Amino acid sequence: MELVLSRAAAWFAALLLAVIAVAAAQDSGFAVHMSIIAIAALIGLWVTISRADYGAIARGIIRTPADPGRYDDDPVRWGVIATVFWGMAGFAAGLYIALQLAFPVLNFEPYLNFGRLRPLHTSAVIFAFGGNALIASSFYVVQRTCRARLALPGLARFVFWGYQLFIVLAATGYLMGITQSKEYAEPEWYVDWWLTIVWVAYLAVFVGTILKRKEPHIYVANWFYLSFIITVAMLHVVNNLDLPVSLLGSKSYSVFAGVQSALVQWWYGHNAVGFFLTAGFLAMMYYFVPKQAERPIFSYRLSIIHFWALIFLYIWAGPHHLHYTALPDWAQTLGMVFSVMLWMPSWGGMINGLMTLNGAWDKVRTDPIIRMMVISLAFYGMSTFEGPLMSIKSVNSLSHYTDWTIGHVHSGALGWNGMITFSVLYFLTPRLWNRERLYSLRMVNWHFWLATAGIVFYAASMWVAGITQGLMWREYGADGYLVNSFADTVAALHPMYILRAFGGLLYLAGAVILVINIWLTIAGRQRVEEPLRQAAYDPAADRPIVPAAAN
Amino acid sequence: MADKRIDSETGVETVGHEWDGIEELNNPLPRWWLWTFYACIAFAIGYVVVYPAIPLLDKGTEGIWGWTSRGQLAAEMKKEEDRKAPILAALAARPVEELPRDAELMRTAVAGGRAAFKVNCVQCHGAGAAGSKGFPNLNDDDWLWGGDLKSIETTLIHGIRQPGDDQTRFSQMPAFGRDGILDSTQIQYLVSHVRSISGQEQTGPSAQRGSTIFAEQCASCHGPDGKGNRAFGAPDLTDAIWLYGGSRADITQTITNSRFGVMPAWGQKLDAGTIKMLAAYVHSLGGGEDFVEAAAQPAAEVNEQP
Repeated sequence: MELVLSRAAAWFAALLLAVIAVAAAQDSGFAVHMSIIAIAALIGLWVTISRADYGAIARGIIRTPADPGRYDDDPVRWGVIATVFWGMAGFAAGLYIALQLAFPVLNFEPYLNFGRLRPLHTSAVIFAFGGNALIASSFYVVQRTCRARLALPGLARFVFWGYQLFIVLAATGYLMGITQSKEYAEPEWYVDWWLTIVWVAYLAVFVGTILKRKEPHIYVANWFYLSFIITVAMLHVVNNLDLPVSLLGSKSYSVFAGVQSALVQWWYGHNAVGFFLTAGFLAMMYYFVPKQAERPIFSYRLSIIHFWALIFLYIWAGPHHLHYTALPDWAQTLGMVFSVMLWMPSWGGMINGLMTLNGAWDKVRTDPIIRMMVISLAFYGMSTFEGPLMSIKSVNSLSHYTDWTIGHVHSGALGWNGMITFSVLYFLTPRLWNRERLYSLRMVNWHFWLATAGIVFYAASMWVAGITQGLMWREYGADGYLVNSFADTVAALHPMYILRAFGGLLYLAGAVILVINIWLTIAGRQRVEEPLRQAAYDPAADRPIVPAAAN
Repeated sequence: MADKRIDSETGVETVGHEWDGIEELNNPLPRWWLWTFYACIAFAIGYVVVYPAIPLLDKGTEGIWGWTSRGQLAAEMKKEEDRKAPILAALAARPVEELPRDAELMRTAVAGGRAAFKVNCVQCHGAGAAGSKGFPNLNDDDWLWGGDLKSIETTLIHGIRQPGDDQTRFSQMPAFGRDGILDSTQIQYLVSHVRSISGQEQTGPSAQRGSTIFAEQCASCHGPDGKGNRAFGAPDLTDAIWLYGGSRADITQTITNSRFGVMPAWGQKLDAGTIKMLAAYVHSLGGGEDFVEAAAQPAAEVNEQP
């Protein structure tokens, strides 16, 4: 009973502090954010009081212990739903800003202009969709590969809900114009501090679970998850070192200035790609591809070499975002050569994923989830070849500041991160909700083709647009003068922008099919259809190893 | 934990670990992968030797080729300056109004002006120089401040209604309605008159009353017949070209609140050669007029003839 009371008191104190902060806020954006925190505290207070297990309290224990013979999958289930929800929000925002670029009349000032919706889109897909997929899948994978329940279950729940609060604060901030203007690190100082707390809690849960593992070795997926969690913590803290103007206001100033600030920002920005979107998603690949293919990993040796090479080389590659700028030449050189050396270590993950299908290649034809995994690895390979290529200074002088970069990012994000996440969602949902199979595997197939066609339209139109743009900017006539004005290049890109939006529409349509499929699977429905192959699942084996004493 | 076994599908031995049913094969690193990785490392080492790369205490290594991005920029700028030097020298030696006498120089100047226009002017005048409401079309022969090379150059250098430049093109039409000079009925008479002299309306009683007001209030700048006066940048009101629109509503708005279009004084930003090029380009767009020396002397000379 005391625990419920002290928890309620803590929620009440948080509520009170937030209300005081609203009253004393220096600007309206900060007041809105503190109101959101007050609402979150109110919900926490209400849940604490209404959900308390009073029967158990009367018997002298806090809460009826969950079955120690099952994995702790509640945060994973919530994470699957959150991933789908934020994914839809992010894809829809992406389609809308693609249409804004083609048809500027769709900008509605000030809340729905491109400048505010663009970070909303990027954060929604990277941090909300991708981040929830990473947190949920890491909680699922670490338990199974350690044969142990999550350490610190209360903290794991805090990580999930705390992360959602971070997403809501970031997203509403963008719409209100609260930003520190650092790409992929737009949220202001108080949101950054909150994420730091959540992230350290995440690290504690993950490491705690590894420490209590029942397996002698740590599986490769967990190396990648751990490198992702630790490095993102470091990147986030260093890039967001700043001084708030007021502790009751939303504005802050970075401690770095000028080219130092740019270098720290791209050290962060590039490694957000490297450790969030590459290492983290490789971790997903390393568990779910062999599980779905029911085949051993191709090469243990390759996984060791490419893991260490990847994390050692990636962290130095950031300066290639600052070619031909005020950054000293030596730093540009190092950024480029580390990116070139990164090519093979990146491909190691693709090889290990694809070659795991040795002996099971027929499943690409019969299993739509495997097919999704294979195309995601193919796009991973393409974009990790394109990345080093674009980091070469002479290529970069053409590609930089053009839509080629946008095409490159999206072949990675839509192809690799999106497709592997979809396949993981399709893998997880029947298992987490204890359903015999998905509502429909045929619909997975539809999703596959819509998404693939969408990526092809997107990437191809942006390649053409980017190279057109780059060539037009540098085109000199026979008389030695520039041929095109900037407005000419914008006009030339218009058809490509429409094709890009069409690709986004296809990709979003595929995601709508995913929502229906996941929804109906959770609802326990099964579509009557010709069966397709699916990986075997043995619920009896899907349990932690419980020490004999606990039984 | 499973022990090492031979995988039946591929005939490769496993490492002997197992997690949740996942095993790992003991395949070696693919040779092509390893050798490509080595090749990338070799390329990186070579590049680091040749180009600036290793940070030392006070600066980085310079690389054996001695390349710097600043050096590359300076060399490219030097090359461009060398290419342009004779053109700029020839331009400097010749007043802008005499450019047409050197067809080759004129052609070069127009080409340079076209490029400079795309960088500096298209934002207001449009990529095709066709302008838009409030921004004049430079393709026609309707000039507010003069369309010969010399006048265009003066407009470019000093801008229009630029504070701080005492030679800027300046005039200010009164805000007849806002400042209470005319009441709204009188303004409507005036609008009728202006639309009648530009052939948009039949001349009726309203326009006739407006013509009296025009003679009192407007003729001093726009001329008694409304044909405008370039000394004040006062537009010709009898043609079909309207900078701010020729509808009743637009003209009412113009007379009531006046207009105050501005253009930057480019002489503060661009060099004299570029301005001459811009003048030549704008002049070449279709409406350029011939430069005429101030025509005072010839009349006197005629009188001296026996």
